[in-house]
Order: sequence, then structure tokens, then C-alpha cells
Amino acid sequence: MTLGLINANPVVHAKKERHARTDDDDFLAVDPLEIYEHVRDIRDPEHPYSLEQLSVLSEESVTVDEKLGRILITFTPTIQHCSMATVIGLCLREKLKDCFPPHFKVDIKVAPGSHANEESVCKYMRQAEVRIGLEILYSLLLDGLSWSFLQFQPYKPLTTRKDDKWEKKKIGIRNLNLKY
Amino acid sequence: MNFAEENFDLKEIQKLEGHTDRVWNLAWKPATGVGGVPAVLSSCSGDKTVRIWEQSPATGYFQCKAVLEETHTRTVRSCAWSPSGKLLATASFDATTAIWEDVGGDFECVSALEGHENEVKSVSWNASGSLLATCGRDKSVWIWEVLPHNEFECVSVLQGHTQDVKMVQWHPTMDILFSCSYDNSIKVWAEDGDTDDWHCAQTLGELNSGHTSTVWSLSFNATGDKMVSCSDDLTIKIWATDIIQLQSGNGNAPWTHISTLSGYHDRTIFSVHWSREGIICSGSADDAIRLFVGCEDDLVGGPTYKLLLKKDKAHDMDVNAVQWSSKENKCLASASDDGTIKIWELTTTSRGQKKLLP
Repeated sequence: MTLGLINANPVVHAKKERHARTDDDDFLAVDPLEIYEHVRDIRDPEHPYSLEQLSVLSEESVTVDEKLGRILITFTPTIQHCSMATVIGLCLREKLKDCFPPHFKVDIKVAPGSHANEESVCKYMRQAEVRIGLEILYSLLLDGLSWSFLQFQPYKPLTTRKDDKWEKKKIGIRNLNLKY
Repeated sequence: MNFAEENFDLKEIQKLEGHTDRVWNLAWKPATGVGGVPAVLSSCSGDKTVRIWEQSPATGYFQCKAVLEETHTRTVRSCAWSPSGKLLATASFDATTAIWEDVGGDFECVSALEGHENEVKSVSWNASGSLLATCGRDKSVWIWEVLPHNEFECVSVLQGHTQDVKMVQWHPTMDILFSCSYDNSIKVWAEDGDTDDWHCAQTLGELNSGHTSTVWSLSFNATGDKMVSCSDDLTIKIWATDIIQLQSGNGNAPWTHISTLSGYHDRTIFSVHWSREGIICSGSADDAIRLFVGCEDDLVGGPTYKLLLKKDKAHDMDVNAVQWSSKENKCLASASDDGTIKIWELTTTSRGQKKLLP
């Protein structure tokens, strides 16, 4: 892992107005704006700003095809060589986990032209393991990824065979992180 | 079996529920489902357990016979029976591979293989059961020798893949190991006759008409002269080798690409399995199961492969694994993100009558 920040001087935008939910909203339908509500506040890995404030995500980032059962999220990393792109992808995936009907499929892609390794980020996000983002994020932690942006106590590596503390830690991630 | 003249269908026999998380993989126990021995199937899941399912001879329905739990501390990604059926190996994201023995109906964990730096993705036994192979996200492939009293000794750690290795599979008759990876290649590993060292004998990559994205799975036909692989690049590829040369053991029997099946899948293909009768089954991220067969019509080229049938919405979510049973009734098992396993039977309709295949 590099020690310095990948992008030391990001452009920060003002927070956009919130979409107000009404009682008329069909709770069974998948509303792209509702999906957006779940992800707009995810914090950038390196800076104390949300992905929305850094224009990594916008309302247009989310499209839903109800008929096919597909949700597409396209995000724009702040710089062309952002090595945090896959981490952002994983956080998006993890944050959305319980936000849509199980038969829907979520595709997370990098906006065309916004990243030097667009294809490799998209390839990474298509892996089966990405669907259990928490475990991947945990592995990245063990590999040395800095978790400062997630703001919780660093884990100890698994040393015991019967480690039921893993369950509590998993709940810990869910409760403490990706939730603002 | 006449593939041209009959109408085929995949009939759902049973849905096995019990796992509380996605089912990643499954394996039929060898020498079961034939000769009066009830069929047995193992499945492994994100719920950190392995379940053993047994078919009742009376009703034909599968029931969960055992739950192997409290051993793996993370997702169990892959399971494989030894050729004798006495041992079951389970590979887990907790970086270990557990070996289980059936002790009078109870399964006991008799060994745990450690060594991989992180998630173990796949495990495979060779044809004689004398060797075991594992692979994982640490990019390495490990070969273990099976010793008496359930002891295992690592004989080789094979480096070569440049990324996460998704699956390992031994050749059905020869001690040659195949691995497929996120680095888009398939590697062939063989033992050097002189030094007994394992080395990479061949790499099937993009330059050899190989896959252009992650290779998820591969499988051999019954005779072992052909191999099928599937990938995130949305294709299935067929490879062939000169079987006489391979069996002569002179070490020089390269695999060549003979066919690519493209345009049939629009999402990643996670699993592929070749039945003894020559039907290739694929399980995909679009929730469907597809069957392909080869036709030897063409006198000039080799066999051409075509789609036999597509089962849409075979599961409610991604199909992670498919595997044909070795039993007589052409059963197929599939495992899915929806937490279920489904048992299917291949039926054929001929002249308006449904009949099971012989």
C-alpha cells in the first residue's frame, strides 16, 4: 500500500438536496433515487467527504431496469489512477446488500473514460466473491489496507480455529461503518 | 443417445433447503447411486458448514444426513470426495482445508491442511486418491501427498499464476494437474520424470486462443482427451490433446483449443461439468443452466458443439456450481446463491412420451 494519499487535492462539491420520500412510493418497486440515498453518503477512502461531495457518485449514477431485474451503478473515481476504485466498488456492493429484492442483480462499473484501468476494475467487481463484500474487505484489512476511513478498531488476524468473535466483528462492521 | 432426434428437458426433481447462506459448491460421493447404494451428495456454503445429503432408496428423495460445522471459521468454498469415498476434503476462506472421515455415519474432522496465506478456493483429489491439490487467492497451487493414518504432506508449492487461482482439477486418468485463474489462464502442471519436481508444463492463455477474462472452472470428458473451460469472458472453450501421447508419459502432449462457444451467455459462467455421456452443463450468473453437446457431423474438422437446452431461472439467483452424478439416471445437481441445491433429471420426449434416459 502506498503511504501518501492517492489524490491529495480532491474537488469538493456542496451537498445536494435530499430526495423526499412520500407515502405514495411503492415499497416493492426499486427506485433508483432510493438506492442512491443508500450510497451517496459513503465516505471516500482517503478524505472526510462523501462520494457524492467528491462527485464520485451522482443521482445519474444509478439506473434500474425493473423488467430484467438489474441495477447498474456507475461511479467516477476522482482521478484516473485511483487505486481505491475497487474498494469503493466493494463498499457500494456491501452497502446495497439488503436494499433490493434478492432476484435483482447489481452491476457496479466505472464510468467510461474515467479510469485508466476501467476494464480491470469492472472485472474485479464481476467476481463471485465480491458478493460477500464484508469478507473481501476483511481480507484487504489483513493485507494491510488502511481502515482509517471506516473508523473502527483494527481487527486482530484470525488465530484460533473456532473464532466466534468473527461473527461479532462482522456485526461490528455492519453497525459502525458505511452508515452515516 | 441420439441428440439430434429427441427433445430434451431438465426436470426439477427436488430442491434441497437447509443452508442459511449461499451454496458455493457440491460434489457427488463416488460409488453411490449405483448398485443399490443410495446416492450421496455434499454441499458447502457461506454459512461455514458442509451438508451431506442422502437419497432414500424408498422415496427417491434426498434428506440432510449430516451437517459438518464448527470447524471452518469462514465460507467453505469447495468440497471434494476422495475416489474411494472414504474422505471428504473441504476448502475454506479461513485458509485451511479440512479432511473429514465418515466414521459409522458420523463425520469427523481428521486433519486440517494449513499453508495457504489466505482464502483456499478449490480442492481436488487425483484419480488414485494418492494426491490432493489445493489453490487459493495467494496465487499458489499446493500438492499434498496422502500418507497413512490420515497424514498429509505438502510435496510442492507451485507458483506461476499471477493472480487468484479459482479452481484446481486433476486429469481423470493421469497425475496431471490443471488450474484456472483470475489471470485468465489455465495452467497444466506435471511431474518431471527425472527430478520428481512439479513444474508448469503448459499455459493456455490468450495467445493460445484462451480466455480473455477470469477462468472459473474446467472439466474433462470421460476419456480424458478433451477438456471444457468456462469464463467471465462469457465463453466456453473446448480443448483437446492426443490421448495416446498423454498416456505414454513422454511428457509432451500439449493441449490445443478446438472450439469456442460464444453468444450463449450474457453473464459470467461460474461452473462447467462434462458428463460421462458427453453432455456439457454450464451454470451461470444469469440464474440459468445450459446443456451443450458435440456433434461429429463434420468430416473435415472435429466435432462442433451446440446448445441442447437452456433452463431459464433454474435458480432465483446466480448458479455457482453444477455437477452430473455418476448414477444411472442422469441426475444433475446445481448450487446457487439463493441458498438451495436442486436435483434435476434429464428426460427426453420422443413421440410424445416422456422417458428417462437409459
